[in-house]
Amino acid sequence: MKGYWKYFLNKLGWFLITFVFAFILNFILPRLMPGDPVAAIVSRLAQGMSDATGVQAIYQQYADLFGTNKPLLDQFFIYMRNVLRGDFGFSFSQYPRTVVDALKSSIWWTIGLQFPAIIVGWIIGNLLGALAAYLKGGFDKVLMPISIFVSNFPAFGMAIILLVIFGVTLEWFPTSGGYGFDLIPSFSWKFFSSVIQHYQLPFWSIVLIAIGGQAIGMRSMAIYELNADYVKFARFMGIKDRKIVGYVFRNAMLPQITGLALSIGTMVGGALVAEIVFSYPGLGYTLLNGVMGQDYPLISASTLIITVMVLTANFLIEILYGVIDPRIKAAQAG
Amino acid sequence: MKHTLHQIFHSGKFVLGFCIFIVILLIVMVYPVLFPYPPLAIIGQGTFFAPGIYVNAYDSVHAPKYTLNLEDAAAKRIASRLSEDDRVAMQEWLVGYGIPQGEIDINDTAQLLGLWNTHYDPKAQIPGLTNAKRNYYIRLDTALEGLLATEDAVIAVKNPETGALEAQGTIAQSDYVNVGQVANVRFLPLGTDNFGRDILTQLVAATRVSLQIGFVAGIIATLIGLTLGLLAGYIGGLVDDVIMFITNLFTVIPSFVLLILISFSIGQERRGAVTVAIVIGFTSWVWTTRAVRAQVVSLRNRDHVNLSKLSGHSIVHIILNDILPYIASYVVMALILQISSGILSEAGLSILGLGPRTTEVPTLGLMMNWAMIYQAYVLGKWWAYLPVLITIALITFSMNLMNTGLDQVFNPALRD
Repeated sequence: MKGYWKYFLNKLGWFLITFVFAFILNFILPRLMPGDPVAAIVSRLAQGMSDATGVQAIYQQYADLFGTNKPLLDQFFIYMRNVLRGDFGFSFSQYPRTVVDALKSSIWWTIGLQFPAIIVGWIIGNLLGALAAYLKGGFDKVLMPISIFVSNFPAFGMAIILLVIFGVTLEWFPTSGGYGFDLIPSFSWKFFSSVIQHYQLPFWSIVLIAIGGQAIGMRSMAIYELNADYVKFARFMGIKDRKIVGYVFRNAMLPQITGLALSIGTMVGGALVAEIVFSYPGLGYTLLNGVMGQDYPLISASTLIITVMVLTANFLIEILYGVIDPRIKAAQAG
Repeated sequence: MKHTLHQIFHSGKFVLGFCIFIVILLIVMVYPVLFPYPPLAIIGQGTFFAPGIYVNAYDSVHAPKYTLNLEDAAAKRIASRLSEDDRVAMQEWLVGYGIPQGEIDINDTAQLLGLWNTHYDPKAQIPGLTNAKRNYYIRLDTALEGLLATEDAVIAVKNPETGALEAQGTIAQSDYVNVGQVANVRFLPLGTDNFGRDILTQLVAATRVSLQIGFVAGIIATLIGLTLGLLAGYIGGLVDDVIMFITNLFTVIPSFVLLILISFSIGQERRGAVTVAIVIGFTSWVWTTRAVRAQVVSLRNRDHVNLSKLSGHSIVHIILNDILPYIASYVVMALILQISSGILSEAGLSILGLGPRTTEVPTLGLMMNWAMIYQAYVLGKWWAYLPVLITIALITFSMNLMNTGLDQVFNPALRD
């Protein structure tokens, strides 16, 4: 197990470094922009709000919270302390709601939607890709062009098409929201069935996009593996086809797992936009509201949370990869 | 070189992708010359006019008249003015009156009107008929009588002194005008959008801007990626470590998040199309760096590079003459992918409301954003979003086809 621990610590170290770096970027990018961010924020703020005491309160709170008149380094430590305490300040557009309050529920909607959708899409895509490589012929000829077309399709485009076909024209599923607008979240059967109804379209639009990209990758990996020497050797040895396919699939899957780790950021980005199309109450929609309301604290907190989610997912996949790939455990011998 | 080009143009996928792309480019270049309408001019008063030919009603009244005796003209006229709801209501009344439902075909206007005229009686007692409904049927019957009139319509002009209407001419039901002789006709093949702007003109302008954004973003990303990849791969050592450290960081930090943060901080007023393109370029160089570095590392110790080193050539000379030609195909492929992903990034940003400022130029993403904000999907106004989506899909699809084709030419292992 020593090799695995080394791998694990290495990955954990990377996770922490990237996290710190992402955190710094999240803090510094808005402040590097030309112009005085505080003045810009306050002027935007003053336009949007009619409540004078509200403006005053937010400005005071903002100045205290971020220490905007102190040097950059001090500001950074104040920011870090606040984030560690889970304090992101008030939301500009939804005052007097705090940012944490506005984001609390949307995080779970996003995780509940995207995590299963990406996993399901990945599994189906890999199965289809492997089948296409193994069966060749008609199946391959039909599946591949469709996959190429679908994977080039923007995620929001797929979302819109599903929305128009199944939501507007056929009226099978509701077109927006996470649950019926006449319901209050509760542990009732009615609420759950409404959630499941609303879940279908966003879910399948993310799944379909994921299937396309994964199927193409898996197909070329599997074709490459099927032509490898060990497969020919195994065939000469008279090993059953079924068993060989099992080996090939396992070998071809490893790069696909790494691929998932590398592309998960892009996938989440696309899926967030798909959420917007369905007005799904997740982070994407919150982000849209933040942009519409010029709500800097809300945007900053959302991007930080999205980054943390992507980094964590990435880290978990890498850890899983270490468990699956025998070469990593064997590394201690070498 | 000639041989390579020859090979490339023998790849079916590449040629197909190339043709689609060239057609798009040609349309983008030729259309504004033929129809120099300003793309963002608001021409329609109202939202989402359906695609079609818009003929000026005032001008057609004054255009030369031709008499055409067409048999089905009257039936068509009535059919177009009798709405679906009215037909269903008429059927309901007739069924209530005692006509078997099977005998009534609501799509056959002549038969329906015939049945109605023979049977309708405002005093008839229909079970379950409310008073409001009864009045509705009386109104409907009156309207139908107007429909069946065969008199000419009179064109009247108001006398400026007395205010009385004076007949100027008549229009018979069999009068026709030639569209070519009407002074003002505007063909709107894709209708208008939520602001009343011609969608086709806007779409062509948007495609041009989006392609420009894609090209600028792609070239910036490729240049950064190429430079960093060459440095990391060829020089190696500490330079390699530092560059790869940064590259690995930006591989996991989602570029989408960086895009949002930067775009928002720049602010709506300063966010032009070029700015957005530059921001996209500066956040998407990671993949090119990785690919170029991997290629260069494998080239670094080849014999011809070593020979060049022994001959005392400078690093710049070696990179330009002994390394770049070998990775050129990779760089071109990476550039194509960067362009297509740049176009998609712009669309994603615009949907979030972080695209270029909206006052100067349309982009494909902005058009999607407008369609979304004004509920075009739910209202069934397909012309506001479907052509945009198809354009985006065609651009990215053609670029990926070209890329796959190139890949098969340069990597023989991938050939089918």
